[in-house]
Amino acid sequence: MKIHEYQAKEIFRDFDVRVPNGKPVFSVEEALHAYDEMGSETVVVKAQIHAGGRGKGGGVKLAHSRDDVEAIAKQILGMNLVTHQTGPEGKKVQRLLIETGIDIAKEFYAGIVLDRKEKKFVFMVSTEGGVEIEKVAAESPEKIIKEWIHPEDGLTKDQAKRLCDALSLKGIQQDSGIEIFTALWKAFNSLDCSLMEINPLVLTKKDEVIALDAKINFDGNGLFRHPELSELRDETEEDPAEAEASSYNLNYIKLDGNVGCMVNGAGLAMGTMDIIKLKGGEPANFLDVGGVANPETVANGFKIILSDPNVKSILINIFGGIVRCDRVAQGVINAMETISVNVPVVIRLEGTNAKEASSLLNKSPLNFIVANSLSDAAEKAVSATNMESK
Amino acid sequence: MSVLVGNNTRLIIQGITGTEGSFHGQQMIDYGTNIVAGVTPGKGGQEALGVPVFNSVQEAVKHQGANTSVIFVPPKFAAGAVIESIDADLDLIVCITEGIPAADMVKVNHALENNNTRLIGPNCPGIITPGQAKIGIMPGFIHTPGSIGIMSRSGTLTYEAVHQIGAHGLGQSTVIGIGGDPIIGTTFIDMLQLFAEDDETNGVVMIGEIGGTAEEEAAQWVVDNNFSKPVVSFIAGQTAPPGRRMGHAGAIIAGGKGTANEKMIELKKAGITVVESPADIGQAMVEVLNK
Repeated sequence: MKIHEYQAKEIFRDFDVRVPNGKPVFSVEEALHAYDEMGSETVVVKAQIHAGGRGKGGGVKLAHSRDDVEAIAKQILGMNLVTHQTGPEGKKVQRLLIETGIDIAKEFYAGIVLDRKEKKFVFMVSTEGGVEIEKVAAESPEKIIKEWIHPEDGLTKDQAKRLCDALSLKGIQQDSGIEIFTALWKAFNSLDCSLMEINPLVLTKKDEVIALDAKINFDGNGLFRHPELSELRDETEEDPAEAEASSYNLNYIKLDGNVGCMVNGAGLAMGTMDIIKLKGGEPANFLDVGGVANPETVANGFKIILSDPNVKSILINIFGGIVRCDRVAQGVINAMETISVNVPVVIRLEGTNAKEASSLLNKSPLNFIVANSLSDAAEKAVSATNMESK
Repeated sequence: MSVLVGNNTRLIIQGITGTEGSFHGQQMIDYGTNIVAGVTPGKGGQEALGVPVFNSVQEAVKHQGANTSVIFVPPKFAAGAVIESIDADLDLIVCITEGIPAADMVKVNHALENNNTRLIGPNCPGIITPGQAKIGIMPGFIHTPGSIGIMSRSGTLTYEAVHQIGAHGLGQSTVIGIGGDPIIGTTFIDMLQLFAEDDETNGVVMIGEIGGTAEEEAAQWVVDNNFSKPVVSFIAGQTAPPGRRMGHAGAIIAGGKGTANEKMIELKKAGITVVESPADIGQAMVEVLNK
């Protein structure tokens, strides 16, 4: 789960990670009010969206006066912000963070992620702050210093000190660095985070190390331990169809193509998208209906897929294991009797009771295209996109 | 010969009294798997599926000589259940549970490092040696004893591969779903090692997917160890968008890394036959075996 920068900074404050004084606002009036309260002549106006690269995209600006704040807030609020992480369609800015300006001496990068290969969390710092860290990792990986965190000991003081050394933090700077690294790990570990990035982490001219930026993702599997975090979810940042799907416990991701697909199992769902592409089509979505493809899940799946106007055909690919294909077929028939599905539907059912399933489908008055293999199904679904709609 | 599971398996089910545990437990018994006990804390002394239930794994080992466990415990308690079985010195643990926090799996891995127990999964369909033992949730009847080892990060896509291998008259030596999570116990490399030593495995199917570098590491291992059996591979997610988690917790292209394309290039470099279509796995295996 992703959250906004201002929310991440509130969490940082709770864990004694130093951050600039700031306030989230939702309108120009609130922005001006926040400016008046803050008592700092120079402030930073930061667009709050769930994506990085906001500065480059024009979503982060310095304001030196009240008039500046008004002009900039007007400009950024409601703008469609396009960054390297939003995709070309961009994201609409609905919230701003107004923050006091900081006198920066140096900019760094700090991050904590899971190292899948080492099966441990890893704390990373770099002197290359404020730039795309992916680029640093690709072009000069030696500039990223890593400390792997022991599952029992946590981040030790020695490790925090080594991270400071890597950034040439000395004396009181080092004390401040050790404090912030220790606090960051504590926050990460306490809240089941899956990623924490501070880019930039800065050394101020007063020799303090502070988090000028804050990005936190939570491990979705750990959320049951932190019910309070669900309040931080911003559904307006999600695709409406994806949010609806998740309310049905369906795993749906919208894509740009026109062949909708409904599959049981994530791997097979990806494989189905891939074979649609190989047959000359473009998948419209990823949809894993999970182990129980009953009439209700199938009906919800249809609703979600059909909410995308680009969809010109639907491919249902179910490999029945524990779930019996005849039940799935009955589910599809029942769903199509209640929901008007106005595009061709190609069905491929394999596995348990596949024969019974195909006789059910063939007997039904509904107009299915029954496929007899994965390859056949993909071909039929792709060519069906050119059919006249019924 | 078989890999990891077979006629010597003496299995316990952790979570035997739950819906999943009892349903799949019965399926495993029907397949001929030797289930010797169940474990559900607080339900010791009862009987389930015709076997005694114990409060702890330790007791099940002591009284029934169990050497393997399959876990159907909810995510909240699953890591604890795995660690309990590690502490009881079982040879093999198969964890089916999906949704275990990554931080818990870091701790589980730490427990495994100091022990000889092997973990399969979590978030996996399990492992089957056709005709001998089935430990997990895969449909037994699609499998036929044979000479192809199949290893996969997926569930239903594995069944698809099993189906194709069977349809081409080959059959499987052992089929394993290694799991779709970022941290898993048994890796592709571990399985390659076991398949290399298994006389009855003549070829290997590896089904990977986006995210992480497990496939690249396996490719490097194949080169470094002159793995001589033919390998056919399919990587799911060639059309997956970056930055999105595709169902499995581990299936995500993060920071531009972990794409299907990168993986396919490294696999090809290692001499592995890479199919672009998931429908070509069986045919490709027949072709490489006939070369």
